[in-house]
Amino acid sequence: MLKDRRRDILVALMMIAPFLAIYLLVFVYPTIQMFRVSFTDAPLIGDGEWVGLANYARLDNDPLFRRAVWNTFYFVALTVVPGTLIALAIALGVARLTGRLQAIVLAFFFLPYILPVSVVYLIWDWTLNFQFGIAMHVLDWLGIDRVPVTKSARWFMPAIAWVTIWWTAGFSILLFLAGLRTIPVEIYEAAALDSANRWTVFRRITWPLLSPVTALVLTIQLILQLKIFDQVYLFSQGGRPNDNMVLVYYIFQRAFQQNQGGRAAAVAVTLFVLVVVVSVLKFQLLRYAERRRQ
Amino acid sequence: MTALAAQRWNFWGGVLTVVTIVCAVLWAFPLYWAVVSSIKPEHEVVRPYIELWPETLTFEHYIHAITATQIGTWYINSIAVGVGVTVICVFTSMLSGYAISQLRFPGRTALWWLILASFMVPGQALIINHFVLVADLGLINTWAGIMLPQLIHPVLIIVYKQFFDQVPRDFREAAVMDNASEFTILFKVYLPMNWGVTTALSIVCFIWTWNAFLWPFLSVTRTEMMTVTVGITQVNDAFGIYYARELSAAVLAGLPVALAYLLFQRKVTEAITLSAGIKG
Repeated sequence: MLKDRRRDILVALMMIAPFLAIYLLVFVYPTIQMFRVSFTDAPLIGDGEWVGLANYARLDNDPLFRRAVWNTFYFVALTVVPGTLIALAIALGVARLTGRLQAIVLAFFFLPYILPVSVVYLIWDWTLNFQFGIAMHVLDWLGIDRVPVTKSARWFMPAIAWVTIWWTAGFSILLFLAGLRTIPVEIYEAAALDSANRWTVFRRITWPLLSPVTALVLTIQLILQLKIFDQVYLFSQGGRPNDNMVLVYYIFQRAFQQNQGGRAAAVAVTLFVLVVVVSVLKFQLLRYAERRRQ
Repeated sequence: MTALAAQRWNFWGGVLTVVTIVCAVLWAFPLYWAVVSSIKPEHEVVRPYIELWPETLTFEHYIHAITATQIGTWYINSIAVGVGVTVICVFTSMLSGYAISQLRFPGRTALWWLILASFMVPGQALIINHFVLVADLGLINTWAGIMLPQLIHPVLIIVYKQFFDQVPRDFREAAVMDNASEFTILFKVYLPMNWGVTTALSIVCFIWTWNAFLWPFLSVTRTEMMTVTVGITQVNDAFGIYYARELSAAVLAGLPVALAYLLFQRKVTEAITLSAGIKG
């Protein structure tokens, strides 16, 4: 029996070993290194002197960092709640449909989510093109002056926020649809017997029963959008990236363009802590939702 | 079919249906517009009015993209990296998921918490140290270098564990009675019961890898080692300022994942919902 147990342990170790090796190499080790480097003045590649908290202290007086923080939160404000509400509205519309029609309509809304960011960028760069973009034709029709949206400091973030909502709404829609499916039909039937109107049904039944999913979607979106980089980078190409600075862009610029690994790592740690805090929140929410379901 | 669909049909119901359909068409319109623009001759593309269908239909931009740019090489890179990451991730996750679900060993709970905790780590924060690591290993500008930091998708382990947990104990006990090894039980009993999950996870894992931008962008400097998603936006002179050419490249880059989704719609949506921690 004891021999069996030892064999079991050996087999288990063999099974988890490949994962564990990769995990330690690309996860634990870089995370430890990130913290360590953030206390040094190291370049991107190579060692540096220990400088204590100096890299963090400098962030306080760094206008570019402030702009990065401001823009990141501005972007979060523009995407998280609006994106979630739009996805909820779409999910409610899609959920009313059935069969093939539902599958097609859902595919229309979901397709952007499946595409790589560079494709999304090229599509919208073309759609919003100042000279030939179809969005500008629409502005002409409406009698509004054309705006070079991705070149304008004022419209850049709202435009990127819209593109991001368009790109990622499909995911939130899926979660909302899954949530809607768990609401028992009987409740709606009972409401129909009481001849409750649509708005009452939504406010009294759908919205409260969906709230755990809404909270989940909000936190997932929050975590995702705090890490914004790709779209901002791509749309800033050939423009003025410093105006559109966000946290990950700042890390990228410091480390890869200015060769200041230590100072970049300090911001990486900041982002890390921020995301971990929100993630803990999300984890608690999930557990709470799980318990409520039982 | 959801509960909302059971609501009785009436006038406002009809209006809502029409609004939903119109919104869906508008939502997908930029996709259509990009595709249509890519099959117009360049002089039609830049006309100052809207034409929903090309006057002359042409595939010259696609021919240009395929013959005159490196997109073919980028495709090979993307496929190699995508298949590599998918095979390694799915395989290692399956093994670990099985071990955590079915075997008792010291450190099992700690490992589980480690996996849950890793969800919280933003990959974007690790780019500096990933770069140093991959550079130290001499893997910059290689497939292995592009793959390495992408080899972890903890969510796959969680999904596998949940599915293995649901397999009735009788199957396992019967196999143990037959003196089958754990590997035999996994591959002959548990895996066949979960083929659906394995294919679904493989498809989304491939899509995630194909779509990855930041890390492939950082770890490659030579144009011939780029993946499609990086190449089409970073090699500007490849397409000049011809809008239709750029869009044809975009269509080519999006096509494999769009097809994967359209062909396996249910599997993809199922796997994505599962990976968010909700069972659909």
